[in-house]
Amino acid sequence: MALSGVEIFKLLPKTNCKKCGQPTCLAFAMKLAQRQATLDSCPDVSEEAKKILGEASAPPIRPISLGTGDKAAKMGEETVLFRHDKKFVNPCAFAIEVKDTLSDSEIAGIAEQVMNSEIDRVGQKLRIDAIMLSNASGDAGKLEAAAKAVAAKAPGVPVIISTGNPQAAEAAIKPFDGKKPIIYGADASNLEAMAAVAKAHKATLGIAAKGLDELCALTEKAKALGIEDMVIDPGARKAKEIIEMNTLIRRAAVKKNFKPLGYPVISFAQRDGGLHEALVASVGVAKYSSIVVLSSIDKWKNVALFTLRQNIYTDPQVPMQVEQKIYNIGEPKADAPLFITTNFSLTYFIVSGEIENSKVASRLAVMDSEGLSVLTAWAAGKFTASKIAQFITDSGIEKEVANKELIIPGYVAILSGAIEEKLPGWKITVGPREANAIPTFLKTRA
Amino acid sequence: MAFTPSKETYAGRVYAVTLGTGDRAVTVGGENVLPFHSFEGEAPNRPLVAMEIQDVPPSDWPENVRKAYEGVSDDPVRWATFCQDKLKAGAIALRLIGTHPDRENRSAEDAVKTVKAVLAAISVPLIILGSNHAEKDTSVLLAVAEAAKDRNCVIGKAQEANYKTIAAAAMANNHKLIAMSELDINLSKQLNILISQMGFDKEKLITDPMCSALGYGLEYTYSVMERIRLAALTQNDVTMQQPLLGDVGMYVWKVKETQAPESDMPQWGSAEERGILWEAETAAALLIAGAEVLIMRHPKAAEAVEKVIDELV
Ligand code: B12
Ligand code: SF4
Repeated sequence: MALSGVEIFKLLPKTNCKKCGQPTCLAFAMKLAQRQATLDSCPDVSEEAKKILGEASAPPIRPISLGTGDKAAKMGEETVLFRHDKKFVNPCAFAIEVKDTLSDSEIAGIAEQVMNSEIDRVGQKLRIDAIMLSNASGDAGKLEAAAKAVAAKAPGVPVIISTGNPQAAEAAIKPFDGKKPIIYGADASNLEAMAAVAKAHKATLGIAAKGLDELCALTEKAKALGIEDMVIDPGARKAKEIIEMNTLIRRAAVKKNFKPLGYPVISFAQRDGGLHEALVASVGVAKYSSIVVLSSIDKWKNVALFTLRQNIYTDPQVPMQVEQKIYNIGEPKADAPLFITTNFSLTYFIVSGEIENSKVASRLAVMDSEGLSVLTAWAAGKFTASKIAQFITDSGIEKEVANKELIIPGYVAILSGAIEEKLPGWKITVGPREANAIPTFLKTRA
Repeated sequence: MAFTPSKETYAGRVYAVTLGTGDRAVTVGGENVLPFHSFEGEAPNRPLVAMEIQDVPPSDWPENVRKAYEGVSDDPVRWATFCQDKLKAGAIALRLIGTHPDRENRSAEDAVKTVKAVLAAISVPLIILGSNHAEKDTSVLLAVAEAAKDRNCVIGKAQEANYKTIAAAAMANNHKLIAMSELDINLSKQLNILISQMGFDKEKLITDPMCSALGYGLEYTYSVMERIRLAALTQNDVTMQQPLLGDVGMYVWKVKETQAPESDMPQWGSAEERGILWEAETAAALLIAGAEVLIMRHPKAAEAVEKVIDELV
C-alpha cells in the first residue's frame, strides 16, 4: 500500500539530525510520500524500515523486460488509468502465436514475417515484438523442436513459451537461456514446478488464473517461492472481460498500490477473422494490456494496430515534434525547390515522404510551431507571415539558393501576399493543399 | 489473499436519447458507468452505428468504399433502403453534401425533396447532416427540419457560428440536435450551455467533440471523449451528459492509409482490408472512449464494429 507521510515518519529515526537536507524527519517523510525525495538521503534509517519503505515506494506495476538486447520490449511501470492524466509509459507488445503443431517451414514462414514486420511511422520503428510458442500438440518433444526452429529463424525476437507442462517448458526454454523469455501457463496445478523452471532460467513467469481472486493467490504464492518477475492473465477472453478485468487490475495497482496485481497483463485476442481479431486487440491496446497475443500478422493489420498503439501511448501534453531546421531531401543543388512546413512530427514525415516520392532533390524548411499541424498552428498564430519571414531570414538559406522561391502549404495560401511583403526579393509559391499532390506538383513545374 | 475489487459508483448518468419513431426507434445512452463497465453499474443501451449516405453520388469517396454501393448510390432512396434492408443498419445518416456552395450547390428545396423521399422509404431513424458550410447549413437545415417534422430525426451540426437558427429549427419540429465543437472539452461544454440557454432541452442533444482518424489526431478525440464522459459521471456535470457522436467515415476515408495501393506501399499490405480496418479501428477506439453513435461508410467496417460491440456489451 502507498504509505502516508505520517506512516513513513513512524519508521524514520526521529532524531531531526537534518543530514537528509530537511529540517525535520517529518518534513523528510512528507517529501518521501510525494516522491520528491529518496530514502538513501537519510544515512541513519534502519534496515527494517528500508525494506518496508522500499516495497511501498516501488512502482505500482513492476517494470519487466520481455527479451533482451535491441529487440527487448519494456513492460509495466504504468501510473495512471487515463492517458490525459499522464503519458502511458510502455507501449503494449504484440505477440504472434506459433503452435508447435506447425511444420518447420510454416514456423520459418511466420518467423520471417516477424523479422520483416518493422515499419517506420512518424519517426518511430514499430514491429511485432514477440513470438508466443504454444504447446498445442501436448508433446514436450514437439515444443522443444519448435523452440529450436524459432530460435534459429527469429534470432533476438523475445519469446513466450506457453505450456502447462513444466518438463516441456524446461526443454523448450534452453535456446532462450539468459534472454528473458516468459514461461506462461503457471496455474494452481503446477505452480511450484513452473516457478522452479522460471527461476532456474531467470525467466518471467506467466500466471494463468480464472478470475482475480485466484490470480492474487497465485502471484502471492509465486512470490513466496522467490519469483519476482511475473506477467498475469486473469482469464479474460471476451472483449468485455478484458475491459473489466484489466480495469480492476489497473485500479488496484495504481490507486491502491495493491502488490499482488502489480504486474504487466497478458491478453489473448486470437479470433478466426483477422478484422475481428484486430478490433479485440484494439481493446487490449486501449485498456491496459502489456502484451496482446494475435493469431495472424498480416501487414494491413499490423500497420493499423501499430498506429493505434502509437496514438494511445503518445504524450498528451507534448505533441511529437521534430527539430527546427532546413532539411535536405536528396542532394539539393542551388536551384532545388524550397518548401516550408511546421514541426509537428506527423506533418514533417508526411511532407518529407511525399517529396522523397517525387524524386526531386529539395529543401524542406521546418519551422518550430510547438508541434502543431499546419492549420492548427496557423489558427493558433504560430505559423504566421512574420514568423515565417523571420525564420527564413535567420536561417541564412538565402545564401544557398539560386532563386529565392519559397513553396508554402496550400492550406495557408492566404499568407502568400503577406510573406512576400515581409521577405523582399522572394517569390512565394502556393503549393498543393494535400502533401500527396506534391509529386504531381513538382512534375508539372519541371 | 482475497481480492476486493474497487468498484466505482458514479454520481452522474448519460441521458438516454431516443431517435426515430415507431418500432424501429432506437435509444442510446442511459448508462451510469464508463463505456462497457456494466460490471459496476447500468449500461442499458447498445451503441448505434448509422450508415452514411449522401444526397449526391459519392464521387469524392475512394473507390474501395464506393464500390460497396455500386448500383444504389446514384439515388439516395435506393441507397438508404439498401443500408436499412440489406446491411441491416440501425440508422441512416444522410449528408447533404451536395448543398455545399463549392460542390453542386443544391438548394434548400432540393434538399427537402431528398429528405422527404428518404424518410418515406425508411423506418429506421434518420440523421440529417448539412454540408458543414456554416452559412448554407442554416438555411438548408431549417428547411429540412421542417420537412421532417415529428419523425424525431437528428439534425446537425450546430456549431458556434450557426447554432441559433439550427437549434430553433430542431426545437420547433421535435428533433434531436448534434452540437459540434472543435476538440476542446471547454468549447463543447460552452456550446451545450449556449444551446440550452435558448430553451433547447439539454436531454435532446448529442455532442460531437469532432472526430479524427486513426493516425491523424485520433488521440485527441479519444481523450476529449474520455474527459467528457468522466465529467458527466464523476462530477455529475449536466452539461456534459449528452451521448457522444463519432463522425468516423468522413475523416477516415481521406487519409492516405485508406487509399494508397499496395503497389505504392508494399509494407502496408492489402489496400482494401487496410481501409476497412482503418475505419473499424477508429470507430472501436472511440467506442471505448465513450462514443454512443457512430457514422460509418464501409459495410464491412460497420459489420466488424457491430461484432465487437456484441463482445463488449
Ligand atoms: C488534431 C487537431 C488539433 C490538436 C493539435 C494537433 C497538432 N499537433 O497540431 C489540438 C486539439 C491541440 C487542436 C487545437 C486547435 N485547433 Co485544431 N485540429 C486538429 C485536426 C483534427 C487535425 C490536425 C492534424 O493533425 N492534421 C494532420 C497534419 C498532417 O496536417 P497538416 O499539418 O495540415 O499537413 C497536411 C497539409 O497541410 C499538407 N502540408 C503540410 N505542410 C505542407 C507544406 C507544403 C509546402 C505543402 C505543399 C503541403 C503541406 O500535407 C499534410 C497532409 O496532406 C484538424 C482538423 C482536421 N481533421 O484536419 C483541426 C484544425 C486544424 N484545428 C483547428 C482549430 C481552429 C484549432 C484551435 C484554434 C481551436 C481550439 N480547439 O481551440 C486550437 C489551436 C491550438 C492552440 N494551441 O491554440 C481548425 C483550423 C481551422 C482553420 N481552417 O483555420 C481545424 C481545421 C479544425 C476545423 N475547424 O475543422 N487541434
Ligand atoms: S537524515 Fe534521517 S534522521 Fe536525520 S532528519 Fe533526515 S530523516 Fe531524520
